[in-house]
Amino acid sequence: MAQLDPSKLSPAPPSLGLALGALLVAVGGLVGIAIIGGAVRAGVTDPGLHGVATVAFYMAIAAGAVTLWLATRALTQSLQSGTEAARNDVLAARASAAKSRDGSMVVFGLTLALIIAFFLAQMIFFNDGKIQKTFLRWDLMTESAADVARAFLVNLKLALIAQVLVMIVGLFLAVARLTPGKAGAPVRMMAIAYIDLFRAVPAIIVLYLIGFGLPMTGLPLISKVSSQWFAIIALTLTYSAYVAEIYRSGIDSIHPSQWSAARSLGFSFAQTMRWFILPQAIRIVIPPLLGAFIALQKDTSLVNVIGTMDAFNQAKFYASANFNLSSVLVVAVLFVIITIPQTRFVDWMLERSLEKRKRG
Amino acid sequence: MAFIEISDLRKIYGQHEVLKGIDLEVERHQVVSLIGASGSGKSTLLRCLNALEPINGGQISIDGDVVSGPGVDQNLLRRKVGMVFQSFNLFPHLSVEENIMAGPMRLLGETREAARDQARALLDRVQLGHRAEYYPDQLSGGQQQRVAIVRAIAMRPEALLLDEITSALDPELVAEVLNIVRDLAQDGMTMFLATHEMQFAREVSDMVVFLEQGRLLEKGPPEQIFGNPTEPRTRQFLKQIIEAGRL
Repeated sequence: MAQLDPSKLSPAPPSLGLALGALLVAVGGLVGIAIIGGAVRAGVTDPGLHGVATVAFYMAIAAGAVTLWLATRALTQSLQSGTEAARNDVLAARASAAKSRDGSMVVFGLTLALIIAFFLAQMIFFNDGKIQKTFLRWDLMTESAADVARAFLVNLKLALIAQVLVMIVGLFLAVARLTPGKAGAPVRMMAIAYIDLFRAVPAIIVLYLIGFGLPMTGLPLISKVSSQWFAIIALTLTYSAYVAEIYRSGIDSIHPSQWSAARSLGFSFAQTMRWFILPQAIRIVIPPLLGAFIALQKDTSLVNVIGTMDAFNQAKFYASANFNLSSVLVVAVLFVIITIPQTRFVDWMLERSLEKRKRG
Repeated sequence: MAFIEISDLRKIYGQHEVLKGIDLEVERHQVVSLIGASGSGKSTLLRCLNALEPINGGQISIDGDVVSGPGVDQNLLRRKVGMVFQSFNLFPHLSVEENIMAGPMRLLGETREAARDQARALLDRVQLGHRAEYYPDQLSGGQQQRVAIVRAIAMRPEALLLDEITSALDPELVAEVLNIVRDLAQDGMTMFLATHEMQFAREVSDMVVFLEQGRLLEKGPPEQIFGNPTEPRTRQFLKQIIEAGRL
């Protein structure tokens, strides 16, 4: 194709309106940040917090300036597209318009994110830092951190022991629920009844009944164990019901042809389950299993209702002594620190298994 | 008494009678091809033969022993009657040789070494010795099906049931699988093939059985069934196959 006929080429997409819009939004955002941020900052009396607010203010201004620069660039590109169109260079005009439109959209996205982040940050500072003083008192956080972190080890211990027990009991329940034949019917019914019951009753109720009920029964052995063990028993009872269903979904997801193949070789039901179905099923359920474990970890904070000295209970002592919730925020932060890597890991595994299935 | 005797075999799924009284006698070392349209009952007949499907009437006996009805050790029966499936059904979490070794090790009590030696030897026979440590998803369909056949014969069965074993394969991979079946036939393995490969059935079978809507309509040596079928329905079926260019 030697010579293009400009009259046959469809024109570049419109970009000027979008670019002007982006410029308007960027300017508006910057002005808003300057006015509101400046006012909030002026109202902060505490010198330390004032410093933090100042840093946050200038960071927001800087981010606003970046969006403004991007908006200006989008506008320049749009104008350039116009010039190129005027001298009949349609292909160049299209490219410039496309760049300009992309840039404008980026400005909209960035400004939205910036405004949300800015307002969240301002909540800490506004009204002379009332929220900061209620939840984020640095002195109270550092004062309570050591004790809370030590008590958090109790949460971890409860979680780890309960997780191991849940894995075993849950598998047992899942297999019980899948026991075949007439002889298996009572076993199936028991398993189903258990799973239904413990998925219906809230964990905190189970915990309360076990933690206060068992000691009152005065039964030998079982009523004498420590409150930590009551917590472990209660969490295991509740979570094994959920985990049993996770296992079952995994077992059900194995194609019936795998059963046919193993049975046709002469393997019994139990052998097939043990050697061919469970190894495949467990691999499939690892991500949802880890999801249940994360939920279990978080529910260890419920044990304060039966007086187990865990991180939350410890933090509550500090909270009531100082009439301030900063120590409880330490607990929240500790949970975030251990949970987020796990959720990321689970997502990574899910993505990987999805990719594997796509390739397979 | 014939090696395998099937008499008045009936199979019902809900309201639908899939097998309506099949009678068939097969001698040792015979190769029997089951042909017929989809849904004629070929696969069901094979699945009944190694008790993957419970039967609703009639009787099956192997080597003089009745293997249908209550009180039969089905697991033992299935060791004697191997099966290969259309969709291969290899165990994806096990390597090729582990797929083959599982049965001999766990059911026949062989040592890991003996089972591995046998697996390797059998794999060599089907030109897959170099794939022993691969996993099923790393193999082509034809290779997977060859492994599935080896997995079945590693149990040293007395008979082998092949359920449309080339139907899920790309055309260029069919031959490598059929070559193995041909070898097994020459070795004297008693086999039942449910198949759409008419050319192959004609070549390898001692007996061809035509099934139509759950009934055994016609049986006989391949020359007779393919050359001069007596039943009009058989003739019509074969005509359709020829028109499709498959015979």
